[in-house]
Amino acid sequence: MSRKATTRLVAALSVGLVLTACTGNTPEPAAGTGNQGGARVANDEPGEKVVIGFSAPAADHGWMAAITNAAKAEAEKYSDVELKVVEGTNDVNLQISQVETFINDKVDAIVLLPFDGAALTPVALKAMKAGITVINVDREFGSPFAARSTVLGDNYGMGVSAGTYVCDQLKGKSDAVVAEIAGIDSLPLTQDRSKGFADALGDCGLKVNNRVAAEFTVESGERAAANLLQAAPRIDALWNHDDDQGVGVTAAIKNSGRSEFFMVGGAGSANVMREIKAGNGLHKATVVYPSTQGADGIRLARLAVQGKSLGDLVEVEVPRQVELFAPVVTKDNVDRYLPTAFES
Amino acid sequence: MSENTTAVRPPTAEQPQRGVSALLGSAAGRNTGLVVALVLLCVVGVITAGDRFADVDNVLTILRLAAVIGVVSVGMTFVITGGGIDLSVGAIVALSSVWATTLATQAMANDAHWLVIVFAALAVGAGCGVINGVLIAYGRIVAFIATLAMLAAARGLAEIISNRKTQIVNVPGFTAFFDASVLGVPVLVVIFALVAVVGWVVLNRTTFGRRTFAVGGNPEAARLAGIDVRRHTVLLYTLLGVCCGIAAVMLVARTTTGSSTHGGLYELDAIAAVVIGGTLLSGGRGTIAGTVFGVLIFTTLSNVFTLNNLSISAQAVAKGAIIVVAVLLQQRLARRSGA
Repeated sequence: MSRKATTRLVAALSVGLVLTACTGNTPEPAAGTGNQGGARVANDEPGEKVVIGFSAPAADHGWMAAITNAAKAEAEKYSDVELKVVEGTNDVNLQISQVETFINDKVDAIVLLPFDGAALTPVALKAMKAGITVINVDREFGSPFAARSTVLGDNYGMGVSAGTYVCDQLKGKSDAVVAEIAGIDSLPLTQDRSKGFADALGDCGLKVNNRVAAEFTVESGERAAANLLQAAPRIDALWNHDDDQGVGVTAAIKNSGRSEFFMVGGAGSANVMREIKAGNGLHKATVVYPSTQGADGIRLARLAVQGKSLGDLVEVEVPRQVELFAPVVTKDNVDRYLPTAFES
Repeated sequence: MSENTTAVRPPTAEQPQRGVSALLGSAAGRNTGLVVALVLLCVVGVITAGDRFADVDNVLTILRLAAVIGVVSVGMTFVITGGGIDLSVGAIVALSSVWATTLATQAMANDAHWLVIVFAALAVGAGCGVINGVLIAYGRIVAFIATLAMLAAARGLAEIISNRKTQIVNVPGFTAFFDASVLGVPVLVVIFALVAVVGWVVLNRTTFGRRTFAVGGNPEAARLAGIDVRRHTVLLYTLLGVCCGIAAVMLVARTTTGSSTHGGLYELDAIAAVVIGGTLLSGGRGTIAGTVFGVLIFTTLSNVFTLNNLSISAQAVAKGAIIVVAVLLQQRLARRSGA
C-alpha cells in the first residue's frame, strides 16, 4: 500500500482516541484532494461475495438520509458487495422484524444503525449467534456481544470541540451568555454532546445559560429557537447540535431580527459549510459528526466477512470499535470537509 | 343524557337492529375481500421472493411483527365499534412499558415474581383507559379530544418517569418466558392469537359484545333499551387500555427495554388496520376477524417490501395505494355478497 493511501486512511478514520495524536504527524497539510476521505486502498480488490443487510431509522432529517445514501454509494463501489436496504423506521418493533428477515435470509453481515441501541440488542445478539457479522453504527447496543465491531461518532468530543471553540471566541468575556439548542433529549448521544459542551465551557469559566431541545427536524428547530430567543434577551454564542434542525433555527433567528451573537453548528451539513465559507451568516463554525458512518460500517463489514485486516493497522483483525473524530470546521479548513458533508 | 360519544343516527339496514345473526352472515362476505388481498400479497411475495417468503422462519417473523400492534388493534376494534376513537394507544403503550420497567418495579419483580412487571403494565394501561373512559362518558369530552390529551400527557409522564432514558430489563424469568416457543410458535404470537380469539368471542357471543354494537350504532336507542351507555363506554376504553398494557409487556419482552419512545404512531397503525378490516369508523359495525386480517395485510406488506429490497420512498407510495385498493375491493365484494 502506498504512503499516500496510508495518510488518507488515517485522515478518514481515527481509531479510538488515536487520531488526536496522529494528526500532528500527518505529513501533508489539510488542503488537497487526498485528504477528503473515502480513499482507495489495496483492500478494495474484489474478494468473495458479501451480502450485507442495512437498516437505519427513518430518514426524517438530512443527516439520517445521508447515512443511508452514503452507505448505498459505498456498497456500489464494490463489485463483491450485495446490499439489501430496508425501509427506515422509528418503530423498534418493525426494525427488529427487519433484522429477523436478514437473519432468515442468512446474509453475511448486518450493518445496523438502531433507532434505540438497547431495544435492538436482543435481535442483534440473535444475529451474532446465527453467525452473522453485525456492525453497529452510531447508537451503541447494550451488550458488547451484540456486535462484531462498532462505528461511533464522538458525541462527547463534539460537545468538547464546540465548547472549546466558543471559549476561544469569547476569550476574556466572563459574563458572556451561552445558549444551546440540543437534539432529541432522550438519546444518550444528545446527553453526551451536552455534557462535553458543559465540561469544555466550565474549563474557561463559562456555562450554558439557556438550553432548549429540538428533535433534529427543521420544524422542531424553528420552534425551539423561537422559544429560546424569547427566553434570552441577549446571547453571545449559540451552539446548535444539528445543522438540519439548524435550518429552522436560522429561520427563527431571521424572523426575530437578532444578530448580536455567533452560531456554531453541529453534524456538518453542506449548507452550513457553504455559509461558513462565504462568511455571510451567523454560523462561524460547525462541528462534524460524520454522516459517512454507515459507509464505514459497510467497509468494515466487508473486510470482516472476507477476513481482511484494516489496511493501516498492524492488527490482523478488524478492530472492535472505531470512533470517529469531531473536528471544528471554520473558514480556514472548510474546503477539506465540504466534499463529504451532507446536503440537508 | 347519553348523546355523549357519537351523534345520534337513524338506524340503517346495517345496524344491529336486524339482529346479530344477519351481522355474522355478512361478516363472511366482508372478509372475502381481505382474504383475497392477503392471498394476492402472499402470491406477490412467493413470486418475487420465492422460498425466502414461503419459509417457516419468515412466516414467524411476520407474525411476531403483527403480534404487538395486533393486540392493540383488537382492543381498538371494540372502541371504534362502540362509536369511539382512541388516539392515545401509542402513548399508553409507552407509559406502561416505562412504568413496568422502572428500577423499583424491577427490584420488586426480582424479589417476588416477574409477573409483577406484567401486572404493572396491565394496571397502568387499565388506569389510563379508565381515565379516558370517564372523561368521555361522564366528563362529556369528545373522544377525539380526550384521548388527544391522554396522548400528550401519557407520553410526557413516560418521559418524566424514565428521565427520557431507555430502561433495560434485567429480570431473567421475564425474558426467558416471553422468548420461549410453544410447539414452535413464539409466545408473543400465542398471546396475539389468544387475545384475538377472546376478543372475537366477547364481541360476537356475549351480552357485552351486543351492547357494544348497540351503543356504537345508536347510543340513544341503546339507552332507551336499558343499557347504561356511560358505564359501557368506560368499560370499552378500559378494555383497550388493558390491551395496550398487554402490548407494552410484549414490546418490553421483544426489546428487553421500556422507553418513552415505544409505540410511536401505533394509534394510526391500529386505526388503519381496524378500518381496513371492515369496522365502521362511525361505530355500530365491527369485526375482530377483519381487524386481524387488516394487521396481517400491513405486516405482510412490510415483509414483502423488505424481502424485495425496494426503495424507501417507493414503499410508502405503494403502501398508500394498496390501502385504497384493499378497501375498494372489500367494499365491492361486500356489496356483491348482499349483506
